[in-house]
Amino acid sequence: MPITTAFQTEIQRVSILDEHGQFDAELGDGLISNDDLVRLYEDMALCRKLDEVAFKLQRSGRMGTYPQNMGQEATSLGAAYVLNQDDWLVTCYRENCGLFHRGLPPEKILLHWMGDERGNHIDPELCVTPIAVPIGTQMLHATGLAWASKYRNESRIACTFFGDGATSEGDFHEAMNFAANLDIPVVFFCQNNHWAISVPGHIQCSAPTVAQRALAYGMDTIQCDGNDLFAVVHCMKTATEHARKEGRPFFIEGVTYRLGDHTTADDARRYRDQDEVDLWTERDPIVRIREHMKSLKIWDDSKEAQLAERVEEETSAIVQRAEGIEAPNDDDFFTSMYADLPADLRRQMDTRRTSSIGEDPSQIENPQTA
Amino acid sequence: MSERTLEFRDALREAMSQEMRANKRVFLLGEEVAEYDGAYKVSRGMLEEFGPQRIIDTPISESGFAGMAIGAAMMGLRPIVEFMSWSFSLVAADPILNNAPKMLYMSGGQFGCPIVFRGNDGAGGQLGSTHSWCVEGMYSNVPGLKMAIPAFADDAKGLLTTAIRDDDPVFFLESERLLALKGHVPEGEHLVPFGQALVRRSGDDVTIVSFGRPVHFCLEAAEALEAEGISCEVIDGRTIRPLDLDTIVRSVKKTNACVVVDQSWSFGSPGSEIAAQIHQACFDDLDNHVMRVHSADVPTPYAWNLEQEYLPNARRIAEAVRSALYVA
Repeated sequence: MPITTAFQTEIQRVSILDEHGQFDAELGDGLISNDDLVRLYEDMALCRKLDEVAFKLQRSGRMGTYPQNMGQEATSLGAAYVLNQDDWLVTCYRENCGLFHRGLPPEKILLHWMGDERGNHIDPELCVTPIAVPIGTQMLHATGLAWASKYRNESRIACTFFGDGATSEGDFHEAMNFAANLDIPVVFFCQNNHWAISVPGHIQCSAPTVAQRALAYGMDTIQCDGNDLFAVVHCMKTATEHARKEGRPFFIEGVTYRLGDHTTADDARRYRDQDEVDLWTERDPIVRIREHMKSLKIWDDSKEAQLAERVEEETSAIVQRAEGIEAPNDDDFFTSMYADLPADLRRQMDTRRTSSIGEDPSQIENPQTA
Repeated sequence: MSERTLEFRDALREAMSQEMRANKRVFLLGEEVAEYDGAYKVSRGMLEEFGPQRIIDTPISESGFAGMAIGAAMMGLRPIVEFMSWSFSLVAADPILNNAPKMLYMSGGQFGCPIVFRGNDGAGGQLGSTHSWCVEGMYSNVPGLKMAIPAFADDAKGLLTTAIRDDDPVFFLESERLLALKGHVPEGEHLVPFGQALVRRSGDDVTIVSFGRPVHFCLEAAEALEAEGISCEVIDGRTIRPLDLDTIVRSVKKTNACVVVDQSWSFGSPGSEIAAQIHQACFDDLDNHVMRVHSADVPTPYAWNLEQEYLPNARRIAEAVRSALYVA
């Protein structure tokens, strides 16, 4: 037998609650309690509303560039719901819903995009890392965090988020390779939202699924409907159990769609068809949960109206808190440069001259020792 | 007092081992650092003493282990990352330049990155252009990091110990050509504070400032110039960030002449920065403009003789000194 099969596998795809309201009771029953479902729905509603408000803030010049989360709320939310409170949540920049669920004050997100570094000064108890914009760097940080947890004999794991575009970065492959070869308990969660700004998914990955990339590293992997909160929760339970019990990484591809522009600096109409957007609008993760709750008789139009009102009030309060914070002091940009401010930087701070050391010789200690 | 001598590489290892014994948060990772004892045997025997949990062989993946170290540091550990050569750190530019030195700032002061990135820097000896990077020119431009560059074995231990205890990212530049250099190295705890240059040789006529391996060429040149009746003061900067300008200025105010010797390329280098700062601080004290000796503005040559001529060497330094002093 000169040719045999060296390896064969299949990629499983999980869907529990589809866009037509079909619910797989076998997998879905008991996965999320009704009380929790209402709470998670409320998280999504707040996230969606804040997206809308943030967009307006940007358009009216009150905030810098902002990336909307619209359409992708279920992925990070499902993850945060399953993770323990002390597991690291290592996100990029489209995971607001999961971060809010974790307990991150929403004004922190607004502060970040308003250009205030204090938006990333996060209560250490939340185990959340700063927003990572460079694409892919955070996957390595997550691997390091989980590795440190293992080093310290703690049971904490890390879950990191990234998009389909980031899977083309070297950091992705290096993080995956590390985690698999060194047995590091990280959940790699790819939000495959089909577009990296204007670049379609097939330019990033010509394989039929992103999930199968993990196979090359010997890592367990699964694909799910990323707009299906139940499917995300199901996969995250599998992944976290695997990470905790086996001490191994796990890969999840959540297939979803960015309903908005990449950021407020982008106009997606220039590169994608309205038909595609319409199709995915019908698959909206929030609508799906709302209809499901109605069918369970735990939600109705009056509750929806009350929620809308509450969310409206809450978002204005969030904006007020973000805008109400005092502007950073001029000295603040020096204070977080080093653990202790070095003398030359202190001179810059005191004189506001980048080459201040030489401009006023009197600042130099003992200038006339000769 | 013990006059024990050690090789530069053993002094580096002693610093790491002593710190690892004292602090369980410290660990070493890099290519071949464990089973193979490190490509340059700096970590010889460390796997045996500390085990594979703390002496970690990584995949050939510089961006990977540098980025991972940042995550580990964010969770309170103190990684020592060995780059087999700083030349290979170029593929890890994002974590080492774009993340580590900015993490504290970008997290509003929450996450520091107490990481030591260390490895061989500069021309090794016919390693060819891609393996001979002097990264001090490029990397010292970035605020948020510290940079130490020892020239002697005792400083190798003292500066590395300080680097490991430092709460900020430290770029620690070792020269492959110095690894076998022997010198007295204190036993036990030995710390050399950052930002304190050392006068290696006192003199009256000219100040020669350098750091790292070229300090030896400066001392060689000073010796030769002594015979010509020129008295050189040689300053070993020891750290580039923070820079001890005060020691340099004190010396220049005494000698009224200065030559800066830096193995980087000249454009936008530590040498040009130091020269500019001296001009500002000592404008009225200088009898001539500051002279600079750098590597030639070409890729590091592969041929032995060309490589020697390309680098700052004693002859070129002596020529600069004579020129600074208007000696024909």
